[in-house]
Amino acid sequence: MLEDITMPSLGADMTDGTLNEWLVKEGDKVDVGDIIAVLETQKGAIDMEVYSAGTITEILVAPVAKVSVGTVLARLALTDTSSQAPLKKERTETLTTELKTSDVTKEGISQEVNTQDTHSQHDNSQEAGVNILTAQVESVQAEAMQTSRVLASPIVRRLAKEQQLDLAGIKGSGPQGAILLADLNAFLANDEHENISKTASSEQNMRQAIAAAMAKSKQEIPHFYISLAIDISAAQQWLQRHNKNKSPDERVLLLALLLKALAKSLLKYPQLNGFYQDASLPSSVFQGDVSQGEGFKQASAIHIGNVISLRQGGLLVPAIHDVDKLSVQEIMESLRDITQRSRTGHLRTSELTDASITVTNMGERGADSVFGVIYPPQVAILGFGKNKKELILANDKVTEVDKITACLSADHRVIDGMIAAKFLNYLSKQLQQPERL
Amino acid sequence: MTTQTLSYREALRAGIEQALVDDERVFLMGEDVGRYGGCYGVSKGLFERYGDKRIIDTPICEAGFVGVGVGAALGGMRPIIEVMTVNFSLLAMDQIVNSAATLRHMSGGQLNVPLVIRMACGAGLQLAAQHSHSWENFYAHIPGLKVLSPATHNDARHMLIQALADPDPVLIFEHVMLLNTNGEVSEQSDAAMEKAIVRKQGSDVSLLTYGGSLAKAMAAAEQLQAVNISAEVVDLRCLRPLDTKTLLASVKKTHRAIIIDEAWLTGSLAGEISAIIMEQAFWQLDAPVKRIATVEVPIPYPSHLEQAALPQVEQIVAAAKDIMVAH
Amino acid sequence: MKQKLHLDRAHLLEQLKQMLRIRRFEEKCAELYSQEKIRGFLHLYIGEEAIAVGIMSTLKTKDNIVATYREHGHALARGLSMNSVLAEMYGRTNGCSRGRGGSMHIFDKSQNFYGGNAIVAGGLPIAVGLAMANKYQQNQAITVCFFGEGAVAEGEFHEAMNLAVLWQLPVLFVCENNRYAMGTALALSESETNIAKKASSYGMTAVQVDGMNVVDVEAASNKAVEQIRKTNQPYFLECQSYRFRGHSSFDGQLYRDKAEVKLWQEKGPVIRLIQWLKENNHLVETELSQIENEIKAEIQAAITFAEQGEWEPIADLSKDVYSPAIEAPHNVSQGEQ
Repeated sequence: MLEDITMPSLGADMTDGTLNEWLVKEGDKVDVGDIIAVLETQKGAIDMEVYSAGTITEILVAPVAKVSVGTVLARLALTDTSSQAPLKKERTETLTTELKTSDVTKEGISQEVNTQDTHSQHDNSQEAGVNILTAQVESVQAEAMQTSRVLASPIVRRLAKEQQLDLAGIKGSGPQGAILLADLNAFLANDEHENISKTASSEQNMRQAIAAAMAKSKQEIPHFYISLAIDISAAQQWLQRHNKNKSPDERVLLLALLLKALAKSLLKYPQLNGFYQDASLPSSVFQGDVSQGEGFKQASAIHIGNVISLRQGGLLVPAIHDVDKLSVQEIMESLRDITQRSRTGHLRTSELTDASITVTNMGERGADSVFGVIYPPQVAILGFGKNKKELILANDKVTEVDKITACLSADHRVIDGMIAAKFLNYLSKQLQQPERL
Repeated sequence: MTTQTLSYREALRAGIEQALVDDERVFLMGEDVGRYGGCYGVSKGLFERYGDKRIIDTPICEAGFVGVGVGAALGGMRPIIEVMTVNFSLLAMDQIVNSAATLRHMSGGQLNVPLVIRMACGAGLQLAAQHSHSWENFYAHIPGLKVLSPATHNDARHMLIQALADPDPVLIFEHVMLLNTNGEVSEQSDAAMEKAIVRKQGSDVSLLTYGGSLAKAMAAAEQLQAVNISAEVVDLRCLRPLDTKTLLASVKKTHRAIIIDEAWLTGSLAGEISAIIMEQAFWQLDAPVKRIATVEVPIPYPSHLEQAALPQVEQIVAAAKDIMVAH
Repeated sequence: MKQKLHLDRAHLLEQLKQMLRIRRFEEKCAELYSQEKIRGFLHLYIGEEAIAVGIMSTLKTKDNIVATYREHGHALARGLSMNSVLAEMYGRTNGCSRGRGGSMHIFDKSQNFYGGNAIVAGGLPIAVGLAMANKYQQNQAITVCFFGEGAVAEGEFHEAMNLAVLWQLPVLFVCENNRYAMGTALALSESETNIAKKASSYGMTAVQVDGMNVVDVEAASNKAVEQIRKTNQPYFLECQSYRFRGHSSFDGQLYRDKAEVKLWQEKGPVIRLIQWLKENNHLVETELSQIENEIKAEIQAAITFAEQGEWEPIADLSKDVYSPAIEAPHNVSQGEQ
């Protein structure tokens, strides 16, 4: 039986040793304890003994050579083969394996992370409107956490983040102008928070986000436009009656009626309520149905996004959920709520990312009509112009009516002109019977 | 529950006496603890009452007699070793760290060392550089040891008994400036050995401290009251293990912390506590944690210099005002 | 042999076996170390076996033993299982200290074996303390403290000597004078190289013994132990000895002559006893082979035992720093835990 003679470990930190000289040659007989070589170490020359009796069969390493501990230097044919099996020379596996396993686990985790990163990068390259809107929310939050401009104590930062407050609007009385708890409390006690001034970079972020979304939309979505002048006299009259004895913050505005009419119309023409799916879009965008392939994916609910201009510039497009299931009053309340929250920066991410169609109401701004840019992955956007009085000939009589122009921008990949026209007419009809909305 | 007013040294003595009476395995050993009555008079009268087998005078050989304490504890006794002052404990550090603290672990849990070592510590008596150290932090650094700092008279009375009941080595630090002071002692201890205690409730700032500095923190809290700053004073009591739960609860309540520590600033326990607050209560802070410690100079002899080196009430008050006020 | 004792052949063979057991075990440890099975430091007792074997055979189970980092021989002679000692050096949980200590920290409470200490002279005050407990408990037990002549330079040696005599404590101090404290010869570190003389200057009975002669060692130890039990006075044995290997595994032995080593090896304890037994027809070759074979088997079994031992899970890293939690003492007010 052959046994390996290896470079021994002679000390706790010894990783290699130098073979200086052999004192035996092939064919020599050796006994247990015989000195067979001389090793050179930092502590000087050390005799190397052999632990078994036998005959040297091979010398494998010639001096002078520096080798790692455990390297086979020579081989020995054992004379005594009876009782003693050669010692297992393999390193103790268990411990190393254990350590390796935990390394693998760590690697596994970091690989998971990497996968997620590449996934989201892929998404970003698609620039879904979803991510733009998310970015808008995040940039608002990021502002609150930004350290380079605003100094604030840790507790203030945490509370501001929790309440989605922009620290830039809070005056600090601490060292170097840091915002302290007392300052935050004073701020919150103050009801007038109209002018939460965003810092320049925040607005810039938003501008960039909007620009990106619009550019992508125009690049990829083949828009077509169709408009219809809608008689809203009945609707206006209904509003007058309804709002008669109501305080200003209870009054219903035309937009609420328009939204309800839109929702009803979408029930009839669901082709306009949904998303155009690229293969790479995250499935989270599509409520429920996650089938593969490109094309129109029906939205499972009617969430209408409302373009809200911010006073300091920029806009947000929060959605009102399930508009078809809300009463006009409820829609009005929602509108108030999201408008206010848009202005104070308190919107929820879900509100900004799950609209299935968007409405832009330019009536108050004085435009006759507005042909909006579709927010991908939606397939349509409906714009309303201002209320104009017209004289028309009806039943051979000249009457004054209120009219607004509804303009539909639609994705020609999935919607064609006929459907669009029918849709608008249906919408117009709904508005003729406001009490049934 | 009845209380009595005792001096700190009387409180310590009462604790030692109770230990001797309750458990025949207990004995007190150290330099001049017997016939001299104790360097600081703590064990006065005990030798006469309990004899030379229970109160043992040692030669001046700290390494030797602390090692003997370790062996005696291993062998089933319950020794109270008195190292005259922490200043001399350096000579015994090998036995404290390499024997007492590590025997349990090195033996794979077979052995334990139920040893109590009492040491006088601290500055203020104009005893100069070699007799004025605060080294609680040296020992609080060592896994395997427990470190206590009785700042009140009641703790001086009862912590020894709690320490003797602990199966592991416990070091008790007794500040020299407390010895002559009087305080209330009751029949029961204030809390379990390893708990910190809020000695004064407050809402604006937490004053965290131990040992000889507790009285200063309390005095500062009084003064701060007058200027409408409500300071909460936390007596840490046990320095290893630290009662992080109590001290963090205080900081989470007040959002501001000042740590008062008689050790030199660098490497002090104050630094350790500050790091703990940073790690576990960062989001509660309304201001950076402040530390008040001893100036880094070997303690000088003349009184005005000695006092200038040590933490003072005025500094605590100033720091609290500073931490509260905006600029 | 200098002294004639009431020793029979059986006993001498037993002593030989014990010494050979230690010898072969230590040799195997050297081999295992070179293969990185044993790590850290390894201090071999080869050449000094007579001291541990001679003294342990005079002790009772209730006696305490404090030794140094060169303690494998003492552990085996005392009765710790070879399995548990080797497994300890392998760092496995079936080692006597659960693998936490390694070669230098062999502990076994059941044998009153208190280590295994790596601080030179660190064990002496501890031994004095154990003896103090013995005396107090009046259990007739004594404490034996093994240390090398290098410890004599440390302050703790002198403090321990003084305290043991001053307080009249039942300690047997055994100085294993192997002439070299790591790489420093005795003459280069002590102004007075007669160590027994130093001990007696403290008022302690101190005797010099030929540490290479197991019969002499046993005889001297018997006398010492008897005296200690009777008088509660400490006793000092200086055993003149020699270690055949370096201080630890990684020692080029630049500080001593190879010729000197060879000289001592020729009057080593094992060789001398075998020679004497053979000369007096107390030992046949087959008996010796049988002893060697038994030892070989025991060592092989210990290797298997150690190899199969488990590694302590890393999750248990902080175990045994403190004892498990205890019941609060009665002084504590109710509910304030």
